[in-house]
Amino acid sequence: MISIKNVTKNFGGKNVLNGLSLEISRGETLVVMGQSGCGKSVLLKIITGLISADSGEIWFDGTEISKLKTKKMNILRRKIGMLFQSAALFDSMTVAENIAFMLDQHTDLSKQEMRKVVDEKLSLVDLEGVQDLRPAELSGGMRKRVGLARALAFEPEVIFYDEPTTGLDPVTCTEINQLIRDLHERLRVTSVVVTHDMHSAFSVATRMAMIHEGEKIADGRPDEIINIDNPILQQFILFGAPDQILNMENPILKTYLGR
Amino acid sequence: MDQQSTKSEASGGFRDLIKIRLHNVLSEIGQAFTLFFQTLIQIFRPPFQFDLLIKQLLLIGFNSLAVVIVSGFFTGMVLGVQGYIQLKPYAVEGSVARFVCVSVVKELGPMITAFVLAGRIGASITAELSTMKVTEQIDALEVMGTNPVKYLVVPRFLACSMMLPTLTIYSTFAGIAGGFIAVVALFDVNGYFFLLEVQKNLFVGSVLISLIKATSFGMAIAAVGCYKGFTISTAGGAEGVGTATTGSAVISLVAILVLDFVLNHILFNVLGLV
Repeated sequence: MISIKNVTKNFGGKNVLNGLSLEISRGETLVVMGQSGCGKSVLLKIITGLISADSGEIWFDGTEISKLKTKKMNILRRKIGMLFQSAALFDSMTVAENIAFMLDQHTDLSKQEMRKVVDEKLSLVDLEGVQDLRPAELSGGMRKRVGLARALAFEPEVIFYDEPTTGLDPVTCTEINQLIRDLHERLRVTSVVVTHDMHSAFSVATRMAMIHEGEKIADGRPDEIINIDNPILQQFILFGAPDQILNMENPILKTYLGR
Repeated sequence: MDQQSTKSEASGGFRDLIKIRLHNVLSEIGQAFTLFFQTLIQIFRPPFQFDLLIKQLLLIGFNSLAVVIVSGFFTGMVLGVQGYIQLKPYAVEGSVARFVCVSVVKELGPMITAFVLAGRIGASITAELSTMKVTEQIDALEVMGTNPVKYLVVPRFLACSMMLPTLTIYSTFAGIAGGFIAVVALFDVNGYFFLLEVQKNLFVGSVLISLIKATSFGMAIAAVGCYKGFTISTAGGAEGVGTATTGSAVISLVAILVLDFVLNHILFNVLGLV
C-alpha cells in the first residue's frame, strides 16, 4: 500500500534518514521503533507530505507522492488519518468541531449529519458526552482519544500514530494500546505506529521495523523480531519489552541478558 | 606574526558573521514575500470562507474600537494644546484647527491606529499562530487536507486590511474632537471658528491618503504577524512563542514607520495628492 524507497533527509548537516526503505501492506499494523531522534517522526512527516525528502521515493497506492502538487496531495491526504504526539487538537474549537473539521472542510454534510458522525466516532474511542468541551478541559488520555476520533472521521484507509502513549500513565497507555488493537480488528484499517515504547509496540504490532541512525536494521513479525541477532534491537527489547516477551525461551535474548 | 594572524582570523570571523547574518536576513525577507504572495493568490481561490473572515473582522475591529478611539482622542488633545502653545507667540493661534485637522487626518490618525493594532492584534496573531505551530496544530490542518495559508492567514490579512481604514475613520474623528475640546475648553478658542477651519481644511484627497496609508499598514501588520507565527521553530517552545510575539510587535512598528515615509513620498511627491 505504501512503499518507501531509499529515502534520505538531512537537517543541518545531520543525516536523519539515510536511504531508508520500507514496505507497508494493506491491513497490517506496522510499528516503527527506534531511539529518540532516529528519524521515526520525520518519516511520518515525509509520508504525509508535511516535509519533503531530499531524495528517494514514497509510493502511496501506486502514486509517487513526492511529485504531487499541493491540490492533489490534499486530495490524497483524505485517505490518511493521523494521531499526533500531542493530539494537536484545535484549542479554539470544541471536541465536536475538532472531530467534524474534515467533514466541514471537504463535504456538504449538514450539521445534524456531522453531529451523527461525531457521536459515532466518539463511541468508537469509548468517549461520550464530551462533544461540547474544549480540548483544555480534557485529560491527556481523553485528548488522545479525541485526536483518534478526529483521525477516524473521514474513514481513512491508513492511520498514522505518532508516539501514541508518550506522556500517559500506565493505565491510560494500556487503554490506548487496547483501542489501537480494537480499531484495527473492527475497521481493518492499515496502521503505522511510531514509538519507542516497547510495551506498546509488542501490544499492537502485527509487524515491527527498527530504525537506527536513519536506516532500517530489523523488520519482521513480533515473534521474528525477538530472534534477530542485532545488539541495538536486543538492547531495546531487553530494556523495554514486557515481561511475557522477556520470559520466553529465547537463546538470543538470553545471550544478551547474560552480558 | 602571531598578532597579525590573530587579527586576520578575527577579521575573517567577522566577515563570516556578517555573511551569515546577511544570508539570514535575505532568506527571511524571501520567506516573508513568499508567504505574502501565497496569501494574495489564496484570497482569490475558492472556497471563500466568509464565516472565518467575519470572526476576524469582529475580533480585530470591534474589540479594538474603544482603545483606538481613546488613543485618537488624547492624541488630538495633545496636538491641540501643543499646537496652540507653539503658534501663539507668532500670533497665528487661529491656525490650530488646521494644524490639528491636517496632522490627524494625514498622519496621526492612521499612524496611531496602526500602532495600537500592531501591539494588540499583530502580536496576538503571532502568539496564536506560533502556539498552533509549536503544538502541531498547523501540521494537523495540513494533514487534514486544508491549506493553512488559506485557513489561517487569508482571513486575518483581509480583516486587518479592511478594519484598519475603518478604525482610522473613528480615531481621526476622535482626534479632531479631542483637539476641539482641548483648545475650546482650555484656551478660549471659538468653537464655531475651529469647526469652520476644520471644514475648510478637510479635503477628499487627504481622506484618501489616510485610507490608503491605513490599508497598507493593516496589510503590513497582518503579514508580519502571520509570518512570525508561521516561521517559529517547533523546538522553540514557550520561549520561542514569546520571542516571536515581541519580534512581531517590534517589526510591525518599524515597518509602519518605514511604510509611512515611503507612502508620503509616493503620495505627496510622486502623485501630488494634497
